[in-house]
Amino acid sequence: MSELIKFRIDGTECMAESGTYIVEAARQNGIYIPTLCNMPGVKPKGACRICTVRINGRMMTSCTTPVTQGMEIESNSETINELRKSIVELLFVSGNHFCPACEKSGNCELQALGYYYQMMVPRFPYDFPQKGVDASSPYLIKDQNRCIMCKRCIKAVRDDQGRPLFAFRNRGNHLEVVLDEELGKQMTPELAEAAMAACPVGSILVKEKGFAQPIGKRKFDNKPIGSDVAV
Amino acid sequence: MSKPVIATTSLAGCFGCHMSILDIDERILQLIELVEFNKSPVDDIKTFTKPVDIGIIEGGCCNSENVEVLRSFRKNCKILISLGECAIMGGLPAMRNGIPVEECIEEAYVNGPTVQLNKERILPNDDELPMLLDRVYPCHEIVKIDYFLPGCPPRADLIWEALVALITGNPLKLPYEVVKFD
Repeated sequence: MSELIKFRIDGTECMAESGTYIVEAARQNGIYIPTLCNMPGVKPKGACRICTVRINGRMMTSCTTPVTQGMEIESNSETINELRKSIVELLFVSGNHFCPACEKSGNCELQALGYYYQMMVPRFPYDFPQKGVDASSPYLIKDQNRCIMCKRCIKAVRDDQGRPLFAFRNRGNHLEVVLDEELGKQMTPELAEAAMAACPVGSILVKEKGFAQPIGKRKFDNKPIGSDVAV
Repeated sequence: MSKPVIATTSLAGCFGCHMSILDIDERILQLIELVEFNKSPVDDIKTFTKPVDIGIIEGGCCNSENVEVLRSFRKNCKILISLGECAIMGGLPAMRNGIPVEECIEEAYVNGPTVQLNKERILPNDDELPMLLDRVYPCHEIVKIDYFLPGCPPRADLIWEALVALITGNPLKLPYEVVKFD
C-alpha cells in the first residue's frame, strides 16, 4: 500500500501512494477533480459520474479508480469538462432546483458546480417533476424536489450499530431517499446536523434553522468550489 | 451610426431584475449615452415604435398575455436576452408546475387560509383576463432566446458588462462573483 508511484494528470507529473483513488491522489497533488456523490471517510461508489476522467481512451470515475504506476489521466480537457457540465445541467433539469428559494443556496455543491462550469442555462428542457416534502421528523426536513440520489446521507448518517438512518424507497423513476420509518426514530439534533452537512444540495435541512449566513459570506459566494485544492 | 435600441419587459417576474438594471447606479448616465430605450417600463413606452436591437426579458410565461408579449419581442428585436432565474427556468412562479391549474386557482380564491370574503366562491372569469397556462414556461421554451443572464436578481455588474460587451463587440468579462443563481 505504501509504495510511492508516479502518474500524470493532463501531463503534470504527480506522485501518490499506490492504491490511492485518483480523486484523492489528484487532491494531494493540488489538482481539483470535481465530485458530488463522493465524500471523505465514506466508501466511493461512482454514482454521479461528475469525476469522470479519461484513462487509456476509456471514461472512468476517478473516485473509484485507484492510481497505478505510469497512469496517464486526462481530466481538465474540453471534452471532459463539457461532459461534466452536461451532468450538472441534467441534475438541474431533473429536479426542482429553485436556487432563489433554497436555504442551502450559496453552500450548495451542485450550485457551486453550476458556477464552476458557468452554466447560464441548461441545454436540456426542465422536467418539473412532482415531488413531495417530508417534514414529519422533529429535527429535519427531507425535500425530495432537491434530492440528487447521491446516497451520501445513507452512507454517512448511521446509528450506534452502524445501521443507516436514511434509505432508498421505490425504484426507477420513483426512486427516492427517505428517512427510514423505524430507524429514523433514532434521529437526534446532532445526527440531523450531520445529515445536512452530508447533503451536497438542499434536500436535508435542519428544522428551525435556515439562511443563517448572509449573502456574501456563504461558502461559494466568493471562491469557486475546489479552490481549496488547486494550487 | 445611430445608437442601438433597447426594449425591456417584465412577464411573470417581480420587477426585481428591472430594479437590478437600475442598480448600475450612475452608469445609467453612460448607458443613455450608449443606447436608446424603446418599449420598456423604464421610459413607459407601451408599444414598439421602431425595430429594436436588444430585447431584455424578465420573468417566465405564466399566462397567455406573457406569451403574446414575448412573441412580439421576438418579432421586433434582433437579439433577445433572458434576464434572471424566472425567464431562464420559470423561477418561483414555476413552483406551481406539477399542481393542476384548477387546484392553484381554488387555493388562491376559495380555500386559501387568507380568503375570507369570497362566500359565493367566485373564480376570476372576466374575458379580459389573460388565461393561465397549464404551467409556467421558461422563455426559451416559447421563442428562441439568444443570451441568458442568471441571478435572482442578476447582479447589476453582470447586466452592465453583458450590455456593454454586446454593444461594443468586446469580449465579455465574467468574474466569478457576478454569475450567481440567487
